[in-house]
Amino acid sequence: MRAAIQTSGAALLAGCSGPFSTLAPGGAAADSIASLWWIMLAGAVVLFALVMGLFGLVVWRPGWGSRVSPARWIVLGGLVLPGIVLLPLIAYALVAGERLLPLPSFGSAVPRVEAEGRQWSWTFRYPGQGGVTTSNVLHLAAGTPVDIDVTSKDVIHAFWVPTLAGKIDAVPGRTNRLRVQADRPGQYEGQCNEFCGLGHATMRFVVLVHRPEDYAAALARAAAAEGAGKK
Amino acid sequence: MSGSVEQPPQPANALRLHRQLAAIWATGPGVQRLAAVNHSVLGLRMMITSFVFFAIGGVLGMLTRVQLATPNSTFMDAGTYNQVFTMHGSMMLFLFAIPMVESVAVYLTPKILGTRDFAFPRLTAYGYWCYLFGATILTVSLLAGVAPDSGWFMYTPLSSNVFTPGINADVWLLGVTFVEISALSLAMEIVVSVLKMRAPGMSLDRMPIFGWYILVTALMMIVAFPPLILGSILLEVERAFGLPFFDPARGGDPLLWQHLFWLFGHPDVYIIFLPMAAVLSTIIPVFAGRPLVGYRAIVVAIVALAFLSFGIWVHHMFTVGIPHLALAFFSAGSAIVAVPTAVQIFAWLATLSHGRPRWDLPMLYVFGFFFVFVAGGLTGVMLAMVPFDWQAHDTYFVVAHMHYVVAGALAFPMLAALYYWLPLLTGRSTVQRLSTVAFWLVFVGFNMTFFLMHLTGLLGMPRRIYTYTGYESWNWLNLLSSVGSFIMTIGFALVVIDLVVQLRYGRRVRRDPWRATTFEWAMPIPPQPYAFASIPHVGAGTDRTEAGRIALSLARGEGYLGAARNGWQETLGVHMVSGKPDQLIVLPQPTYLPLWTALATAVAVLALLFKLYPVAIVATVVIAGLFVLAAQRSGHARDYGPLPVGRGVSVPPHTEVAEAPPWLALICVLVADGTLFASLLFGTFYLWIAAPNWPGGVSPDPSRLLALGAVAALAVGAVASRLSLRALAAAGGAQGWIVLAMLALAGSIAALVGMMGGVTPDPRTHALGATAVALLCFVVVHAGIGLLFLVSNLLRLAGGRVSPRRLVDFRLTRLWLDYTTVTGVLALALVLALPALVSVLGARA
Repeated sequence: MRAAIQTSGAALLAGCSGPFSTLAPGGAAADSIASLWWIMLAGAVVLFALVMGLFGLVVWRPGWGSRVSPARWIVLGGLVLPGIVLLPLIAYALVAGERLLPLPSFGSAVPRVEAEGRQWSWTFRYPGQGGVTTSNVLHLAAGTPVDIDVTSKDVIHAFWVPTLAGKIDAVPGRTNRLRVQADRPGQYEGQCNEFCGLGHATMRFVVLVHRPEDYAAALARAAAAEGAGKK
Repeated sequence: MSGSVEQPPQPANALRLHRQLAAIWATGPGVQRLAAVNHSVLGLRMMITSFVFFAIGGVLGMLTRVQLATPNSTFMDAGTYNQVFTMHGSMMLFLFAIPMVESVAVYLTPKILGTRDFAFPRLTAYGYWCYLFGATILTVSLLAGVAPDSGWFMYTPLSSNVFTPGINADVWLLGVTFVEISALSLAMEIVVSVLKMRAPGMSLDRMPIFGWYILVTALMMIVAFPPLILGSILLEVERAFGLPFFDPARGGDPLLWQHLFWLFGHPDVYIIFLPMAAVLSTIIPVFAGRPLVGYRAIVVAIVALAFLSFGIWVHHMFTVGIPHLALAFFSAGSAIVAVPTAVQIFAWLATLSHGRPRWDLPMLYVFGFFFVFVAGGLTGVMLAMVPFDWQAHDTYFVVAHMHYVVAGALAFPMLAALYYWLPLLTGRSTVQRLSTVAFWLVFVGFNMTFFLMHLTGLLGMPRRIYTYTGYESWNWLNLLSSVGSFIMTIGFALVVIDLVVQLRYGRRVRRDPWRATTFEWAMPIPPQPYAFASIPHVGAGTDRTEAGRIALSLARGEGYLGAARNGWQETLGVHMVSGKPDQLIVLPQPTYLPLWTALATAVAVLALLFKLYPVAIVATVVIAGLFVLAAQRSGHARDYGPLPVGRGVSVPPHTEVAEAPPWLALICVLVADGTLFASLLFGTFYLWIAAPNWPGGVSPDPSRLLALGAVAALAVGAVASRLSLRALAAAGGAQGWIVLAMLALAGSIAALVGMMGGVTPDPRTHALGATAVALLCFVVVHAGIGLLFLVSNLLRLAGGRVSPRRLVDFRLTRLWLDYTTVTGVLALALVLALPALVSVLGARA
């Protein structure tokens, strides 16, 4: 029995994994949102079963529920039930959302990276690292929160690394800030998430997360290599 | 006064009455069908047309599923795919969903409310033709390979002329706006008709719930469409003439488009859902065998839903960079929408629980609705939670959610309605086995297609990508979704086959086969063009009487208007709230005028599309002329005074009362127009406050003198129009005042055009100038329409169509000119104040 549960659990988790999966978080923000999802999923399953169960009962068991007055049906189902469900959910989501914001942090300044989308590629600039730039590869240090300042050179794009955090739009004429943190070194996948024309499907990028002590050197190497490649 | 009017003869027998009324109301054969104005004819036509576009849109949807079934598919290239998915969404929303719910409203509402037709049959026809022509333009663009390709919400700058230089985006902006003319005109007609044209005695609080839903839906349309129409006009002007409203480099803001689009787009979801809820609230009580539970609660719920739906558009924009606390407000609002929805769901459950439910085919589809709508509602609450939306936004999770609440919650009640009302149209019942199989195919196929998309989205698949490489772990889910979509399509095909079989081989049904209590079943099957041989009276207990029982008495002419008179197409107007008869409405005969007007409109739209602006101007003049001509043919050339309408009641014709349908229609027009104006003000303020690249110390110098002159001239026009009304009421000469008003309006137009010439900064270089021109244009157009009103007044005065008792025309003009003056003052004040406002906020890059 336990083995069966473990197997099915593993199968479920395998079904949730993938390079772009929001359910296989690799950072605090994605983790928080995934938790919110699992909570809401559980609630939704219960509510769905409740309403469909009631539908089945009132149709196939004539007279079932007729002892509850019509007004009570409406008040309980239409006001009380949504109230019980929604108020805590809204409060929880509000707090969860506040915690994900790129607010100034205590003590140390959060490093910044500028991300600029264009049809159909991404350029990343690192003001704290001598202003070097990389194309379609974003270099981050593990365990360090980073603020990504996202903008666009032409049409609207969206910056999204599903395993790390939610997305933010890249709007021409504006700069939007998103806080991202990767817990472990490794490679993560990012993509444009706002329809931007012919190349939308292939407007992807890679996030390389280095150990903090290797970060500066790795970034400098990559930027230099890219610069050399251009020449 | 009514001496020459034929008196109603003795109660005729049913057959004789049928022949007389049929001769008066019938649409002619052959080519004369193009002149049809009858709601049954047009409602059916519109329904069939919308199903044709459903089929085309469905095929487009299938093409996307073929493309996405496997990774790296070469079935379509990116360019083709972009056109296909854009047109799938645009067609399903604008060419299928909205016209389909409107066609249901057009066909059923007069019958359910116990009246013979809608208030403006020629407008119904014009709306239908605009829909058909606009939809045809869009479809042809698809065949020509130049269909819109920027996604159905047309986000700019992608849809601007820089990034979409071809004709594609213009097709969308002009074609969809053309179709929206039809949606808006029908919405106004529905509001006026529901309020003024019901069976006598049907007060608002005992109107069948269907009427409430349709009324609220139509009111929502009147307020929802103008922001999108304004947005489309501004974007088209930016594309065609280079006036920046959305270009961030020149002081515009692409987010303004998103605000305007979703101000329409979100209410639109409820505009589609509410008529389907109307269907459910109508048929669930029939199958529960008892009246609907919680009638008042439902009315409150749908009104609340209508208001809420206008306050939550920002939940489509959670990722554009709006501050989180502002998002929280819209998030809570979006979640609270669940309350009025839950009220309806539980009222339906309570109705079933307190009745004795019987199971029949429509109930199977009601089950389908409950299943998909509850699921879609729950994912809707999830998406309303801001952090979750940051992940799920613009992924297949949203595609899944949206298809559950819009496609599923539309398709299942629609098919329930089809199987419920088809016996009324065809006089035959369905072939059960086929319809049940069709249901299960649609149901299983639908859920297989769209349920899996939730997971595809959570695994990170963005919407609108034309392909993927195969390592993303999306392969199986996409393949299964595609298989599901084919199963669903087979189900829909089976529904079509079922309909054909039903038409040929279905058993004939008796009158009122479902034992319903609404009036559409109290008429001959299939319905005649006059709908009711005589109009029912709603007295105590009528709403609980099976409709079939009163049908015979109505057919014998024992209700109101149970006799033919003067060859008039007569129906009754009632007091809006109490339902007491207060006027005899005489409707126009079939005419080709709507067709010609719609053709001229199509020419204007095509001319704008191909940038043949002189042709567009000529076509616009022709359209204006045709509208004035249509006005000349309305009403009566003499006073009648109260006329007997049966059951001992006498009421004056609609030409001689204050609360005539045209008066209410103009109020609806002004509400829509006022929403457009408010959207324009909102846009101007929005750009001033939020757009990038605004200068600090510009000193544009709009001519105060010209502005003052324009305002003064508008005021003179409004006053002169009042005086012309007063003169007419006192049987004095009104021509002089009308001419004075015309001169004043012409003067104001000249002053405004002069101002436009002097707008700085050059409207092509900065949004500050562009918004000023837009505001001035708004006033010019309204003054111009005011001139048309005055021309029509002069003509009708000369033709004897107005009199001291027939004042409606002049009252319409007065109202229009008052409105023009008020909006003109506001617009000009803003134009004058903008430069000062700009220096208040200072420069920003």
